Amino acid sequence: MSRLELRHVRKAFGGLDVLADISLSVGAGEFVSILGPSGAGKSTLFQLLTGAEHGEGEMLFDGARLDDHGRHFAFMPQRDALMPWRRILDNATLGLEVQGIRRKAARARVAPLFAEFGLAGFERHFPAQLSGGMRQRAALLRTVVQERDMLLLDEPFGALDALTRTAMQRWLEQMWRHHRWTALLITHDVREAVFLSDRIYVLSARPARIVREIEVPLPRPRSLGGDAARQASALEAEILDIILNPNPSKGHDHD
Amino acid sequence: MASSSVASRPIASLLVKAGPAIISVGLLLLAWELYASYSGIKPTILPAPSRVFEQAMLNREALVDNAIPTIRATLLGFACSLSAAFALSMLVDFFQPLRRALFPVFIVSQTLPLVAIAPLVVLWFGFGLAPKIMLVALVTFFPMLVALVEGYEATEAEVGQMLRAMGAGRWRIFVLARLPSALPYFFAGLRISITYAVVGAIFAEYAGAAKGLGIYMLNAKNNFRPDLVLAAVGVSAALTLVLFGLTVLLQRLAMPWERAGKETAGKRPWR
Ligand SMILES: Nc1ncnc2c1ncn2[C@@H]1O[C@H](COP(=O)(O)OP(=O)(O)O)[C@@H](O)[C@H]1O
Ligand SMILES: [Mg+2]
Repeated sequence: MSRLELRHVRKAFGGLDVLADISLSVGAGEFVSILGPSGAGKSTLFQLLTGAEHGEGEMLFDGARLDDHGRHFAFMPQRDALMPWRRILDNATLGLEVQGIRRKAARARVAPLFAEFGLAGFERHFPAQLSGGMRQRAALLRTVVQERDMLLLDEPFGALDALTRTAMQRWLEQMWRHHRWTALLITHDVREAVFLSDRIYVLSARPARIVREIEVPLPRPRSLGGDAARQASALEAEILDIILNPNPSKGHDHD
Repeated sequence: MASSSVASRPIASLLVKAGPAIISVGLLLLAWELYASYSGIKPTILPAPSRVFEQAMLNREALVDNAIPTIRATLLGFACSLSAAFALSMLVDFFQPLRRALFPVFIVSQTLPLVAIAPLVVLWFGFGLAPKIMLVALVTFFPMLVALVEGYEATEAEVGQMLRAMGAGRWRIFVLARLPSALPYFFAGLRISITYAVVGAIFAEYAGAAKGLGIYMLNAKNNFRPDLVLAAVGVSAALTLVLFGLTVLLQRLAMPWERAGKETAGKRPWR
């Protein structure tokens, strides 16, 4: 049963075609990635979903047209978008505050999660006092506590150094196994997509269309040793090949 | 030893920071003093700093008496222009077309030469407080307005998009994101404007007033007392410095995250 469904979504900015034809679906409790080169139009897709921009085509959530944009998604923007003037605790409760929950109740709801997010002891710190990885975890905490139907994560680890990024991916995979969020992740990192996702949509360069939909049959937890590691590498190589040698005659097995 | 060094560190660091300024100002005063004493120039043309200081002390009651109206005009005028700039900046932020309609007018207002405007304003509104407040407001309003409007614009687009996705309306986004984003711009504007404000008040008094540093300077000049003119200049400089310092202090209090960020830079946890 798919929760989010997009059918032939298109978007142009003025004369610039950004999204040519996007059809995809995300099921309940599924972790889906959209993988594509920079500038393809990935963030634009989230702008349509969050209602910041309007496009053509159908966007359905639980079978109903997506018009009340405030309700379904908890959105994590490409940069962490932490407010430098708010302490981490107050950044984490931002979404709840906007929903009208009293500050005290919001804090009570968020506080127990700080340990799980590796932020215990940093509640009273300002974002500038945290490392990149901690900032991303704080941003993710702010996103998940909104308890919306679905997470939209736009390149959450794109700005991190390689070591921290790998650590964060492992952490997120483990978190996802506990919480089973329905999630749509944007990334341009093939390894990240394979490591985290149940399914991957590969986008072409702008104007973006979906060139391939790929199931990731790897077992979880994705510690990736032995056989699974080889399988993952093979999958990564295949995807890289699709992205780097686009072959239109193959068509896309999506339509 | 450790405890005493901790206690004296803020003072020591202040001295280190202020040291170059103290030395350069000191050298300048010394050169001036030597020139005034040994070149044979008359004190009615160029008085030595020691004489200026001496006369300032002798006339301190008159100086304080005249400084108070200047301070009042500066603060009241600045308060008026701040309130107006804040109200208008919000209007402009919510109704963008207003910006194109109003900004040209304000820009023109900035090109008016104070020398020409100050006597006219005094002519229209008399020798009282009103024309001073108006002139101070005139010179400080636009810089504050621009600082605020540009500050709102500096809000990260992603933050706005995220708040909208959370369900926030325009007013909510303004209060939660645009207003705090403007704070650094606001304080930069404040530091510049506060120096304009003092100059504006003195100019207004120069053009006509019963009391004030401006009219004091004019009278001293007409009485061939450059030492008293310079004493009044010293008072106005001190006043500007104090106000400037207050804005810096205010910024520290209003934006504690700035210092927190700088202090911990370099000793953050690894990830
Ligand atoms: N609001 C906008 N107005 C005009 N062009 C835009 C806007 N948002 C994005 N674009 C353009 O759309 C293209 C895709 O941008 P984006 O979706 O951010 O790419 P990605 O996230 O895949 O790197 C870029 O060429 C960008 O300049
Ligand atoms: Mg992007």
